[in-house]
Amino acid sequence: MTGALAIARHESTRLFASPLAWALLGFTQLLAGLLFVMSLTDISLNPQHLTDYDGVSEVVGAGLFRFVTLVLLLVVPLLTMRAFAEERKNGTLELLLAAPASATELVLGKFVGVMVYLSLSCLLVGALPATLTAFTPLDWGVIAAGLLGLWLVMAAFAAVGLFASALTREPTLAAVISLAALMLLWLIYAVASIDWHPSVFGHTLDIGRIAGGISPIGHDDTLLRGLVTSGDVLYFVIFVLAFLALAIVRLDAERR
Amino acid sequence: MKSDWLLSAQGLARDYGGRRVVTDIDLRLAAGNVLGVLGPNGAGKTTILRMLAGTLAPSAGRVAIAGVDLAERPRAAKRHLGYLPERPPVYPELTVDEYLRFAARLHDIPRARRAAAVTAAKADCGLIEVGQRLIGALSKGYAQRVGLAQAIVHRPAVLILDEPTAGLDPSQLIGVRELIGRLAREHSVIISSHILGEIQAMASHVVIIDRGRLAFSASREQLAADASWLEIGLAHGPDTATLAALPEVADIRHTGDGQWLIRAAAGRDIRTALAERAVAEGWGLHTLVARPTSLEERFMRVISSGDDAERAPA
Repeated sequence: MTGALAIARHESTRLFASPLAWALLGFTQLLAGLLFVMSLTDISLNPQHLTDYDGVSEVVGAGLFRFVTLVLLLVVPLLTMRAFAEERKNGTLELLLAAPASATELVLGKFVGVMVYLSLSCLLVGALPATLTAFTPLDWGVIAAGLLGLWLVMAAFAAVGLFASALTREPTLAAVISLAALMLLWLIYAVASIDWHPSVFGHTLDIGRIAGGISPIGHDDTLLRGLVTSGDVLYFVIFVLAFLALAIVRLDAERR
Repeated sequence: MKSDWLLSAQGLARDYGGRRVVTDIDLRLAAGNVLGVLGPNGAGKTTILRMLAGTLAPSAGRVAIAGVDLAERPRAAKRHLGYLPERPPVYPELTVDEYLRFAARLHDIPRARRAAAVTAAKADCGLIEVGQRLIGALSKGYAQRVGLAQAIVHRPAVLILDEPTAGLDPSQLIGVRELIGRLAREHSVIISSHILGEIQAMASHVVIIDRGRLAFSASREQLAADASWLEIGLAHGPDTATLAALPEVADIRHTGDGQWLIRAAAGRDIRTALAERAVAEGWGLHTLVARPTSLEERFMRVISSGDDAERAPA
């Protein structure tokens, strides 16, 4: 696994050496900060709304994390597009393929490298609601569960992005592919709110529930409410492993 | 003995989209040797070298490096291998030091020996003074040196260099060529080029690739044996025995009416003496040329018969 570690370190070094990654980090934090301030202003102007929720942690924390998920939809494809596509285009993929490291190590290394960067972004976003602790008691459990959900969504998006990047030699095309895939996942989640129960061969299908089960966004819902279930976490683990495995298969097929 | 070869390839073939572009390639590299792979652009050199380096799986055939099968135990086999692709695989946003440290980690050099390995590779490739510079800011000749340093940082037994001098200006060319010459003393090297002189200068064994096939294969000794033949034509020549008795003539063959092939004793140039003698004796000298070696002849034939449309992409 030393190969995977070397590649992970290399990937995060390169990310932090590129202006694109810093710009994306700043962009995410700027939008998150603006929304944070807006939701605080909303609470101070209309405190009666709070009674609909369980507390400040849920309004500010969950609302913020859900919004950042939307921002990630744009940010992650831009971050992962280079991973394999650019290496292929610049001929540096040959260096990695000729090294004594397997395709599995290569993909795992890239994934860990991207996640180091995204985890930093996750912590920075988490720091926003944490600042409220100076003024009001917070429900840390809700915030921690929400952050875990955000981190798992990041991992899922990154896995999709890496697979898309493994498909092509054009970074922009990789970004378009992963953006389309992630938007599709979001759309499936939107279907989850539709109350539609068609009858197929005598069975009543709950389309909304099925759609919510397919999309990672749907599994994030329970986490944002502060509820950590092994089922949801397992869903994310399987989702991430599946897309990483697809990327590995794709890279191996390239040598054939 | 199979295990005597540092690298051996048997029956290598590669298909692209159902079309076989490389067929029946058998190559052997002994320790301390330099194998030159010569061929016009698009003959399949890069495809062959990529199969040897393990970045492309052959459609048929096997590759063994230091006795380890590349398909069965790729990790163990690749430890013995340093590879410089046609385009140096460098990251422009990294410094030379950062890049070489990454290459050292990638090749599993233990932390304790990493710094020394990077310094040694830099010293060998003349990169000491540019260690802190960004690779993107270096000239093409230096980028090529960085690529070479990457290939030798883990001191592999076999170096595979794909057109290492392509696209360099003459002064860079000399530097890189000297560098490869130095590296060849410590490593066994496979080097490809589409330039004959380049391969002739460095290789101890030469193969010519034409349209994905092995068209010619000879060692330096074999090539030396058929070099230095002179073609001489005499209108009123004497018999072969008289010519053979001339001073410093090592070998002679009568090739036709008034035509001979003459080889001088090793290291001697007898052209002037031969011409003066022919004039003095009134033999009617009309031709005196150095015969092209079989390598040159074969290479020219490959080049001139070239129909680029039929060739596979590089």
